[in-house]
Amino acid sequence: MGAQITCQQLVELVTDYLDGALTPSDRERFERHLTTCPGCTTYVEQIRETVRLTGERLTEETLPDEMRETLLVQFRDWATAE
Amino acid sequence: MEATAPTADETALVAALQARNEAAFVALVGEHGAAMRRFALTFVRSPGVADEVVQEAWIGVLQGIERFESRSSLKTWLFRIVANKAKTRAAKEARSLPFSALEADGGDGVAVSADRFQGPGSTHPGGWISFPEPWHQLPEQKLLSEETRAVIDTEIARLPDVQRLVITLRDVEGWPADEICNVLELSETNQRVLLHRARSRVRAALERYFAEE
Repeated sequence: MGAQITCQQLVELVTDYLDGALTPSDRERFERHLTTCPGCTTYVEQIRETVRLTGERLTEETLPDEMRETLLVQFRDWATAE
Repeated sequence: MEATAPTADETALVAALQARNEAAFVALVGEHGAAMRRFALTFVRSPGVADEVVQEAWIGVLQGIERFESRSSLKTWLFRIVANKAKTRAAKEARSLPFSALEADGGDGVAVSADRFQGPGSTHPGGWISFPEPWHQLPEQKLLSEETRAVIDTEIARLPDVQRLVITLRDVEGWPADEICNVLELSETNQRVLLHRARSRVRAALERYFAEE
């Protein structure tokens, strides 16, 4: 089983936990801590929310036309070179 | 660092590029061009320089495609070329850039400041002094506002280089961890440590911002 983890230790394990990288016994201790600790439960929710909100930053799905043109010119130079 | 093997589609695309097929090139630019540009921008920060890096990288792609061996996926190979060009460029520009590409690590390396937790002599050593405030009562409008977005952008921009790259690729671009490890040549553990530091700092910045009102 091992000793219980503290809140201060738990916040350092969140990324490993979310990536499924904890050992089974550490995962068990992590989850057991959450069942009795509202502060750490909130903390883990905040990290999940941080990940979600960071994901909202993705924009600009296409390349500017002038860049596309430049690359095509580069390609044609290359394709027609010896 | 496991290299992901190319798919059948990729193999056909590589063969077409090697035969100097323009449609194949256009397809490749269409699929990865915008993400390569964002990736370059994460390294060098200045849009003008990023565009030059991307152009140099594409020349590298064309020059190297003859010798492309299917030991890594085409995507990994493409982004490694961008990363190499960007690193060279960032090193050259380090002194002239407003934000140095070689800035110090920054922060004390903990997810949450030690003064938020009870000390060794207390009743619950390592326990919260006061719990973090839940965010679920905040309206979605607030969470997705331009201001919130600016807080995240600012904090990410202040992160040390590799942390900024890892959080951008994982949490903004949505890359799987193994692809990031392959492209940036990081171990899985190292990638996770960098992601952890970065996410912790962005969370802390959001916590400060949400507590202001």
